[in-house]
Amino acid sequence: MADTMTIKLVFSGGLELLFGNERNQSVLIPPLVPSDNSTHSSPSSSPSTPSSHNDILTGETKAADLEYLIYHLRDHLLKERPELFMENGTIRPGILVLINNTDWELEGEGSYQLCNNDEIVFISTLHGG
Amino acid sequence: MAPTSCSLCRDAKAILKRPKTGQQICKNCFFFVFETEVHHTITESKLFKPGDRVAIGASGGKDSTVLAYVMKTLNERYNYGLDLFLLSIDEGITGYRDDSLETVKRNQQQYDMPLKILSYDELYGWTMDAIVEQIGKKNNCTFCGVFRRQALDRGAASLKVDHIVTGHNADDIAETVLMNIMRGDIARLGRCTSICTQGEDTIKRSKPFKYAYEKEIVMYAYFKKLDYFSTECIYSPDAYRGHARTFLKDLEAARPSAIIDIIHSGEAFEVKEEIKATQKAQQTCKRCGYMSSNDLCKACTLLEGLERGMANSVITDRARKKMDAIGPAPDNIRTIPLFRSTPTIAVELPSQS
Repeated sequence: MADTMTIKLVFSGGLELLFGNERNQSVLIPPLVPSDNSTHSSPSSSPSTPSSHNDILTGETKAADLEYLIYHLRDHLLKERPELFMENGTIRPGILVLINNTDWELEGEGSYQLCNNDEIVFISTLHGG
Repeated sequence: MAPTSCSLCRDAKAILKRPKTGQQICKNCFFFVFETEVHHTITESKLFKPGDRVAIGASGGKDSTVLAYVMKTLNERYNYGLDLFLLSIDEGITGYRDDSLETVKRNQQQYDMPLKILSYDELYGWTMDAIVEQIGKKNNCTFCGVFRRQALDRGAASLKVDHIVTGHNADDIAETVLMNIMRGDIARLGRCTSICTQGEDTIKRSKPFKYAYEKEIVMYAYFKKLDYFSTECIYSPDAYRGHARTFLKDLEAARPSAIIDIIHSGEAFEVKEEIKATQKAQQTCKRCGYMSSNDLCKACTLLEGLERGMANSVITDRARKKMDAIGPAPDNIRTIPLFRSTPTIAVELPSQS
């Protein structure tokens, strides 16, 4: 079973203001997460018991993906104004997402499965030019 | 998902999906198509001629920084023969404009272009902070936009430039089309999709990024590692444009070509003859000489409103008449200095036949 993953984060385009003004951060994400994206359990505990295999089969858990990461960031890292980050269960339109320097639209957007040491960049475009 | 190779060069890994075309392309092909499309926008509309002095409206934000970079690149690559300047307007918004001007000063170093900064304070005697203190947070964009337009023209005239370029992108223009429809502003609707505007007494003004998506400008800046300032104007959350922007972003998420399509619709509008007849003819302002639809230009009208403490009453023409009915402006209020632009005289050479 895979271990907890370190995901590197970069916030720019003004988005860093919502995350305590820290442009570069990182989080620990377990390999399996609840399918309903609930982020109640603490990130450092990773369910690596045999029952988790059944959880995938029953649809209760899924491999950690970008959709989950966004919920996790909103619930655990965001300091203020969640409506400026998420809308309708996904990232707010106008915020660009890059996975390892590649447009997330080429990687499956929310359904991209996270790998250890991935770098996710969030750039807001919602400001004056 | 397996990495896909670029659909243009079929060699390098695709890093971006273009919203305009849906193509999946690599970094270098992206730079090339982005720059080349702007080049085509410029040449097809015949925006410039060799020897033109061009001022780039620079705020330090993403659009104007990328514009300065791309203009410089294209000027050199395709020998436009232009003299490029950076022109910046300081509206006096603490915590926003003062920070972004630092970015423009860095841009001046990075791109090696002369820079001129003109402030509302020196031109009108009012900073945006002071204006908002007087009129509150509604309608302040009207003041800022009207004052900025004049300030850009005056700054450009003092640099003796032939042309101003601004970083308005496809998203901005689509938003403007929507806003003008939502507000029934027919006069503006007819004008807002022109790539190049010119009045008799004002300097030509163009938008080379008219067809460039905001997403692509941001990606370009990111991959080229360009330095820009990115914070919302502190007064913008209350602005009407926000509604149009939110709507447009949702439309784009559902169908990315919506932005270009809205611009295309805007370009195709034709105003009915009966409506055209009611539009006001252009004249010059009796007080400052700038172009105007009425006896006094909007900037002079707004400034008079501020000076007389009745700023909220001059936003619309109707309200303006009410203010006039109260009495004429007192003699000692501050006014905008007379505007004299260098008139462009077309010289026709006799044909040698």
